[in-house]
Amino acid sequence: MSPASPVRWTREDLLGIAELSPGEIELILDTAESFREVGERPIKKVPTLRGKTVVNLFFESSTRTRSSFEIAEKRLSADNLNFSASGSALSKGESLVDTALNLQAMAPDLIVIRHAHAGAPHLLAKKLKAGVINAGDGAHEHPTQALLDAYTIRRHKGRLAGLKVAIVGDIEHSRVVRSNIHLLTKMGARVTVAGPRTMMPVGIERLGVEVAYTLAEAVRGADVIMMLRIQLERQGRMAIPSIKEYFEIFGLTSARLAGAAEDVIIMHPGPMNRGVEIASEVADGPYSVILEQVTHGVSVRMAVLYLLSGVHEETA
Amino acid sequence: MPVTTANAAGPGAPSGRLLIANGRLIDPSQGIDGAHDLLIEDGLVAEVVERTDREGREGRNDRDGGGRRREGGGGRAGREGRERRDVTVLDAAGLVVAPGLIDMHVHLREPGQEYKETVATGTMAAAAGGFTAVACMANTEPVNDNRSVTEHILAEARRHGYARVHPIGAVSKQLAGQELAEIGEMVRAGAVAVSDDGRPVMNAELMRRALLYARHFDVPVIQHAEDLDLSGKGVMHEGEWSTRLGLAGIPGAAEDVMVARDLLLLEDTGGRYHVAHLSTARSLELVRRARRQELPVTCEVTPHHLVLTDEEVARTVFSTQCKMKPPLRSERDRRALLAGLADGTVDAIASDHAPHHADEKDVEFDLAPFGILGLETTLGLCLDRLVRPGVISLSRLVELLSTGPARVLNLPGGTLRPGSPADVTLFDPEGEATVKAAAFLSRSRNTPFDGWVLKGRPVATLVGGRRIELPRRAAAGGAAGA
Repeated sequence: MSPASPVRWTREDLLGIAELSPGEIELILDTAESFREVGERPIKKVPTLRGKTVVNLFFESSTRTRSSFEIAEKRLSADNLNFSASGSALSKGESLVDTALNLQAMAPDLIVIRHAHAGAPHLLAKKLKAGVINAGDGAHEHPTQALLDAYTIRRHKGRLAGLKVAIVGDIEHSRVVRSNIHLLTKMGARVTVAGPRTMMPVGIERLGVEVAYTLAEAVRGADVIMMLRIQLERQGRMAIPSIKEYFEIFGLTSARLAGAAEDVIIMHPGPMNRGVEIASEVADGPYSVILEQVTHGVSVRMAVLYLLSGVHEETA
Repeated sequence: MPVTTANAAGPGAPSGRLLIANGRLIDPSQGIDGAHDLLIEDGLVAEVVERTDREGREGRNDRDGGGRRREGGGGRAGREGRERRDVTVLDAAGLVVAPGLIDMHVHLREPGQEYKETVATGTMAAAAGGFTAVACMANTEPVNDNRSVTEHILAEARRHGYARVHPIGAVSKQLAGQELAEIGEMVRAGAVAVSDDGRPVMNAELMRRALLYARHFDVPVIQHAEDLDLSGKGVMHEGEWSTRLGLAGIPGAAEDVMVARDLLLLEDTGGRYHVAHLSTARSLELVRRARRQELPVTCEVTPHHLVLTDEEVARTVFSTQCKMKPPLRSERDRRALLAGLADGTVDAIASDHAPHHADEKDVEFDLAPFGILGLETTLGLCLDRLVRPGVISLSRLVELLSTGPARVLNLPGGTLRPGSPADVTLFDPEGEATVKAAAFLSRSRNTPFDGWVLKGRPVATLVGGRRIELPRRAAAGGAAGA
């Protein structure tokens, strides 16, 4: 890894955090900082991506991430186009590769893809000239989520290095966890993941994290606590017996915040299940930055769109 | 002999005599490794003759690699021709002469999935890869769960085969794991083993009955050892790399619990039990221990499990050419398998040649079918990655690819003893070749080894004393004597 001195963005795609250097991560966060102000103007638009075409290809339903990308694209004056699984060729049995090649024929500059299968954005990136942005692939990565989380943490704590970050929930099925682990450990934070043993993937400690099996242990001394959505429908009833029992053991309540840092912040990538992984008193409480995360998501995605489109301009 | 092949040509017409001269003959069944010539008469091995000169051992740089033919009595062959009138000589200088290689685990896809492979293209791939015989799994469409399908496969092999074909019948009707298939009729028609490969026999009671019933016909029951509940929706080995990639994992335990269960059943039933594509350290240890108890268990491993690990899925960024069952395992498992080759626990190397159309593989990792080709890469991989680094000797490799599988399946091949069918493989252990999927004779192209440069390559095969002539490949060197 090169030291984080002036870094130039040279990647055509943003597929994950795993392959980024600390310098590249900082570059995105710094660029996001300069776009934040656009969202606070009365006229929330800059001409930066005028004439660029961005395709939002959402094979899996998403409200937050998709709206965030759309707003980011519009604020940058890009032309954008939305595909979703229902109503697109995908539901008619066309393969991902064919869908991609057809889109390619319309010469978009960037493609934002959300897909239920890990590696789908990488498959697209191998086939396409357009830059590909991963907006979440299976349980693999969700790089812009980790970037907006880091941006939010940095806004509150002024740094990432040295912080203790606890991530609690279904670690096995979470792409948010993986991207966050990569990003936070690269930037010098200490990460503890916690959850039921039945939701802890094999070998997670090899990613450079501590593993805790009680909420109290995870929360102790934490500067940041991220709660993850629990979806009983996805992992089935083999992993946890009931939502009620999960909340009793791992649900975050005010009382269970005791032991965390004084100025702890509580985060959640959404969508949130009140009373499942997090009590309303915490979600709406003084330590919560959950809605700020959503706001910063737009700035971070503007930064990513901007940096990736620049690469294409220069190499064209 | 169940099959003769249609595509044999060249020297060694059934009534003639053929001398494979100047090679290094390796036959583990007779404990031979050295400068011997091989005399073939009427399609059978007539004699193995030790040479006094050591010339063949050292080898000459035989560039065209195909051996040379000298017609006995013809102008060029005057000298040797004096004593050996009407003997055709195949010069194997620089080459290893081995009993014909046998791939005991392939999918020929015929009947039913001829767009992936056929008996013709699959056996062509076999011959190109140095194999003189293959055993083909029953998961065709219709399933090979009755005599008429077995007979159909054998008839196709007789008409279009470039290698011997030994069908493996299904354990259960429709591979459904409910009722026994007509094992006796299939064996009488030529099946050499039974297996529901592609699927495990999940039902313990059915496995118990299959082991008992197969004893009547003295065929092994070959298990694709996978507990389907444990493997679930998994698409790669469960471990650090599946965690990093966010892909659903198949734990090693999915194989181990099945092997353990079957070995317990085998203690009670007797019969013969064979573990297909064994892939984990623990399963291997189970087999090793069962051997010590003298249980009748054998096992095979694939070249890809010996050469690659789960990390390859990450290194290739989700390449579906790294997706197969069992999945590429951990480095620890791989090392255990290498040890199992060396210490004799493993009986055979088998490729699990599993052709799939390029379109089927060009999809998201989760959606791609399991399986890769093997027939045209196995020998090169084994020579380059097992023999060259000294994991095993050349002689042990020949055992694993020929003598071993012949013993497991109780086939007449796997030996060059006088009187045996003259199924012979000639290969060049030093010849370098680049794997070119586009030039494969298989109908499919799904390999993770495309572009690999391997030292060691097949040169020729003989089946029943006849040299197999393959259609020309763009990339292949012209075979001499063609």
